[in-house]
Amino acid sequence: MDPVVALDHVNKRFGDFVAVHEAHFTIGRGEFFSMLGPSGCGKTTTLRMIAGFEQPDGGRILLEGQDVSRTPPYRRNVNTVFQHYALFPHMSVRDNVAFGPRSKKVPEPEVQKRVTELLEVIRLAHLGGRKPGQLSGGQQQRVALARALVNYPSALLLDEPLGALDLKLRQAMQIELKRIQREVNITFIYVTHDQEEALTMSDRIAVMNEGRVEQIGTPQEIYHAPTTVFVAGFIGVANLLSAKIVGVMGERAVAEVAGQRVETLAPAWTAGAGAEATLMVRPERLRLAEAGPGVRARLETAVFQGPVIRAILRAADGAEVVAHVGAEAQHVALTPGQEYVLSWEAEAARLLQPSKAPHILDRSDRPTIEMAGQR
Amino acid sequence: MAGTAMGGTRRNPWAPWLLVAPGVLWLLAFYLLPTLALARTSVGPEGVAWYDGYQRAFTDYGQHLLRSFWYAGLATVLALLLGYPLAYVIAFRAGRAKNLLLGLVVLPFFTTFLVRTFAWKTILGDEGWLVGLLGTLHLLPSEGRLLSTTWAVIGGLTYNFLPFMILPIYVSLEKIDRRLTEAAQDLYCNALEAFRKVVLPLSLPGVFAGSLLTFIPAAGDFINAELLGSPNQKMLGSVIQGQFLTVRDYPLAAALSFVLMTIITILVLIYTRLLGTEELA
Repeated sequence: MDPVVALDHVNKRFGDFVAVHEAHFTIGRGEFFSMLGPSGCGKTTTLRMIAGFEQPDGGRILLEGQDVSRTPPYRRNVNTVFQHYALFPHMSVRDNVAFGPRSKKVPEPEVQKRVTELLEVIRLAHLGGRKPGQLSGGQQQRVALARALVNYPSALLLDEPLGALDLKLRQAMQIELKRIQREVNITFIYVTHDQEEALTMSDRIAVMNEGRVEQIGTPQEIYHAPTTVFVAGFIGVANLLSAKIVGVMGERAVAEVAGQRVETLAPAWTAGAGAEATLMVRPERLRLAEAGPGVRARLETAVFQGPVIRAILRAADGAEVVAHVGAEAQHVALTPGQEYVLSWEAEAARLLQPSKAPHILDRSDRPTIEMAGQR
Repeated sequence: MAGTAMGGTRRNPWAPWLLVAPGVLWLLAFYLLPTLALARTSVGPEGVAWYDGYQRAFTDYGQHLLRSFWYAGLATVLALLLGYPLAYVIAFRAGRAKNLLLGLVVLPFFTTFLVRTFAWKTILGDEGWLVGLLGTLHLLPSEGRLLSTTWAVIGGLTYNFLPFMILPIYVSLEKIDRRLTEAAQDLYCNALEAFRKVVLPLSLPGVFAGSLLTFIPAAGDFINAELLGSPNQKMLGSVIQGQFLTVRDYPLAAALSFVLMTIITILVLIYTRLLGTEELA
């Protein structure tokens, strides 16, 4: 991988608050890289350090191989799409887009050529004469994108750019962003708290929590093979059950969950027999049967959700378990109060280092409130 | 129930008129009528040409007229040079001291205009400590004066109207989204260029309002020239006051008032055209 941006053990604190702790990763050329995490996890601070608005307290930031840790933003070849666009209200769309090249003293004919080209990429060529205030939110968003891209930056930094848009527009813009990124082939570094957004667009995702990078991987890796309880709970719905490792053999392990021995993948950290662990299994990987081997759990509620039936059960040890029962398995009669047997393929279950996280972290149930009132 | 729904949509057609009526009546009684009376007075008593007052206004008091606009213009420029940086610091850099600083800007208003100008008369007086100090430091020649000079009058005008410059500029700066400066820096502007290209243009409505609020009253002012100047610094406002109250040449005083009003109006129109603020808002 040809790295465009590299973070070398970067640290940042604000007073006593550790905003970013030992961030250490590289971002490749042409990559769509997302930093995902709840508010206060350090993702925006990391982005602002790459942009140059904040300086790291420790470590280095490299851009195209050059240390830019102390370089002011206006001398870095990266551009930012701000959360609330920050378009210049006194300038037309064309002048907004032309702002960067003009500051760089690009000759005017070349500026005009580039602006026209970018307005076509964002499909707003017909609105070049308007002021930002006369555009819709989605249009302003695209102008902000063009204003940054027109400079052909080494990397484009996007700070929750879709946060202010409504759901439908957000989904359309996700596809639009991905199209534009492929079209211009520039590295995108994207900050979001919305897991769906990150999963939809990213080549790789860095999941952050409390200033630390918990895991970096492709959306598939992050979803199917989370390495920490936090990542498992933050992305999608995860059942997190307390388990005790009985034995590890190569790629497989046997663990005890709610008094039952189950087969799983080997633990993600070095742990031997007798160690405490958290067993992670996705709701859609659970099989529900009336009898047979597996973990016994009592059905509390079953809700028909269209593609799946969402069954909420309680295991013998009191843990809540969510199972998504697909159409092919809906011949099992789901009667609340009755006991069922839960089983899964060995490779669907992972043993993670236990944490104090609650049993169920279901992001989809929670309203995304982070955006409200940030202005 | 249908009735209440109807009540919400059926508006009293007289409501807007009733709302503007008190203001309109006020303006009619206390602005339009006196202005018409003044106009009538300015065209003089029976027996002289109607333009007599106006002719004398230009021939006898042309220099006072020029001086008024020259002093007011200079005071406006000085107030802008002093006021803009101050407003900028209060809006962007003051942090928690913001309200305190704004309070200090407004504080002089708690004392009347007249008393404050008298205070300057004392400070700048020939026997005052300032003249003494400057004399000791050889910054002022012996027999040099501060009071009764052109700069005392311009300084007094600048001082008295400075808050009217600071407050509108502060308001327009305060409204500017800080992220716009970051965006400009992200787009290859250093701090100074970001100010010139983004902050300054966006604060122009405040500069515009502040300049008008300073220039217009300063052009018609007579207190500063009267208290801090000598007859050599006499402004048109003093002449008008003298003609009305002492000489009692009403046609001339009225004509002078009209000339002052007209020229201010023309200057303001030119200024508005040049700055074109309606596009900025």
